[in-house]
Amino acid sequence: MEPERHPMDDLLREDRLPHIWCSGCGIGTAVTCFISALLKSGLDLDKVAVVSGIGCTGRVAGYIKLDSFHTTHGRAIAFATGLKLANPELKVVIFSGDGDLIAIGGNHFIHAARRNIDMTVICVNNFNYGMTGGQVGPTTPVGARTTTSPYGCFEHPFNIPYLAAASGAVYVARWTMLHVRRLERSIGEALAKRGFSLVEVIAPCPTNYGRRQRRRTGLDSLKYYHQKGVIKHGANPRDVDIDLDGEIIEGVFVDIEKPTFSDFCQEGLSRAMGNRGP
Amino acid sequence: MSRRGALSGEFFMMGDIACAEGAISAGCRFFAGYPITPATEVAERMSRRMPEVGGTYIQMEDELASMAAVLGASWGGVKAMTATSGPGFSLMMENLGLGIMTETPCVLVNVQRAGPSTGLPTLAGQGDMMQARWGTHGLYEIIALAPSSPQELFDLTIRAFNLSEKYRLPVLVMTDAEVGHMTEKVVIPPPEEIELYPRRLATVPPEEYLPFKPDEDLVPPMVNFGQGYRIHATGLTHDERGYPDTADDSAQWPLIQRLIDKIRLNKHDIIQLEEDGLEDAEVVVCSYGIAARTALWPMELARKEGIKVGLLRLITVWPFPEERVRELAGKVKAFVVPELNWGQIALEVERCAAGRAEVILVPHPGGGVHKPERVLEAIRKAARR
Amino acid sequence: MRYWRKPLDIEGLKIPRGNIQILKERCKGCGFCVEFCPQHVLEVSEEFNSKGYHPPYVKDGDGCVSCGLCEMLCPEFAIYRLEEEREVQVL
Repeated sequence: MEPERHPMDDLLREDRLPHIWCSGCGIGTAVTCFISALLKSGLDLDKVAVVSGIGCTGRVAGYIKLDSFHTTHGRAIAFATGLKLANPELKVVIFSGDGDLIAIGGNHFIHAARRNIDMTVICVNNFNYGMTGGQVGPTTPVGARTTTSPYGCFEHPFNIPYLAAASGAVYVARWTMLHVRRLERSIGEALAKRGFSLVEVIAPCPTNYGRRQRRRTGLDSLKYYHQKGVIKHGANPRDVDIDLDGEIIEGVFVDIEKPTFSDFCQEGLSRAMGNRGP
Repeated sequence: MSRRGALSGEFFMMGDIACAEGAISAGCRFFAGYPITPATEVAERMSRRMPEVGGTYIQMEDELASMAAVLGASWGGVKAMTATSGPGFSLMMENLGLGIMTETPCVLVNVQRAGPSTGLPTLAGQGDMMQARWGTHGLYEIIALAPSSPQELFDLTIRAFNLSEKYRLPVLVMTDAEVGHMTEKVVIPPPEEIELYPRRLATVPPEEYLPFKPDEDLVPPMVNFGQGYRIHATGLTHDERGYPDTADDSAQWPLIQRLIDKIRLNKHDIIQLEEDGLEDAEVVVCSYGIAARTALWPMELARKEGIKVGLLRLITVWPFPEERVRELAGKVKAFVVPELNWGQIALEVERCAAGRAEVILVPHPGGGVHKPERVLEAIRKAARR
Repeated sequence: MRYWRKPLDIEGLKIPRGNIQILKERCKGCGFCVEFCPQHVLEVSEEFNSKGYHPPYVKDGDGCVSCGLCEMLCPEFAIYRLEEEREVQVL
């Protein structure tokens, strides 16, 4: 007898499945790890909100059966900042892609990290703009061929953990989506962390990125992660650049304590205002 | 929403400050903004006042973020506002569209300055009136209010919040540097005398709730995030469940029709006009904001010359009061439209007059206000027709 | 599961066994579950689902130790296991 439901369907908008992601895409796996971490987290799921931007990963909000918002391109973190500050009870998770969060939304990313807004960002990095057909992006490694870098990418890419750490994030981890258990654990740790936490998920985009780098299928990319993934917990984020065919350094790079934006506000306001305050 | 900390009494107050106080009286408890002349005083006042009333002030990294954060706060269940001027208004167009599409109540104040581009940052303009109407891409109806005094900036900011909750959309307060920086008497009534329109929250249980299924007035009841309804909202074309439906135009038709109709069919409730001496007028001065105020003196001079001139002041600019302008066009010789731009609302008046009455624009590039003689000359010219 | 000698604590041991469930219609044939199953329990089937992909099938259910890797790795929410217990067999 073929089963009709998956145990995770309770947290999925089942009536929207199958999702739009291609065969071999890694976003679905990142979602599985997120749901699994969420179920273990003990959080009140009525108080968890998922916010996405635009792009393939931007569709995550639409598949997760929680309060979820699909914003404009790049603005997920800015929207989430307002949401979190208006209702501090919420656990706000931003689930979006590298182009959305790091290029068009890069400014919001660094400023939310700087302010240490209490939110968890899950950034699926597939090194290109998948939904629009595989254009060069802020994380595309030097030399990679994409539809808008037909002679190879000539730009230095962002190293996302380094960017997050330098901007002030209190928790920074990177895993390929092959390392599901560790990814799940990191997402759990990020959810439990107070402050701006970032989990970068390296994921294949066989349709638009992988096949132009001689990794035709998702499986080819996973084999590459298997061979070249190196776990270095506590590595200096400045040393975790990703080259076209090089090692992918994974692990938890930053895990520190720091007052959040709201902590600072509360403390500062009660000091400055005394009994005039709320 | 607690009204603790809202002011009441008579004040000698700057327009921008009155705007902030109007928001507080309306129950606004979240402000996200970015410094920009001549709207900065709104942010400054809010940064001081929000903590006093239990609200949140945050200065975002840009106006894209400010508008996005305001939408987020609104879904978090808090009345939210931002204030800006031309260049920031341009950046906010992106998420204004998201607010319209996701039917998010909030208020956006534009203290207009002269443009284009950086233009004249400290000096008034009214060049963003058509941008207010059509600035974000796609098709929609919008509500925009135009105050002519600090008192009205206070009053209309409250009204903007009420309309935004009632019709579920971002409402624009289109003021300008003259009104924003003008200091005048402002009367703030006691909180219990201020009528507020509370958010229309869903009354059905989550399993029966469809987030974008409208009531009879075409407006869907809302839920805030964290209420346990686990809803989805998206800027994509969506069905009543809030799910994207983008394969063809089957969801686009009813959605767009409804977003437009919920405003158009409720125009009678939304549109406010100030009329004076229109009963026997041969010439109508049709204006708004500071330009309407500076037209009062030349109108008085014209009346002394025996010209029958009346005033049609647009307090609500969008939706445009088409019916009233059409009606007047059948009775009067001409409309005189002074505005601090090169003809924006004048185009609307022309469209509705449809050749039955002449429309004389009194343009101004911004950076000052109309000299009375220019408006008077236009009224004289109109009367000679 | 079979061991070459009897573990000392055999009486107290319960080895988990996964009863693999596959929602064939959701499968997009990426092959992740088949490739990375540490016990080589799964195989790509000859069968087509209605999207035209070959879903996996359980080739060797006895080998499954209910590690859950397939469930976590599947991007389609198309595979999971019901955890069962079984006796340890000794050769």
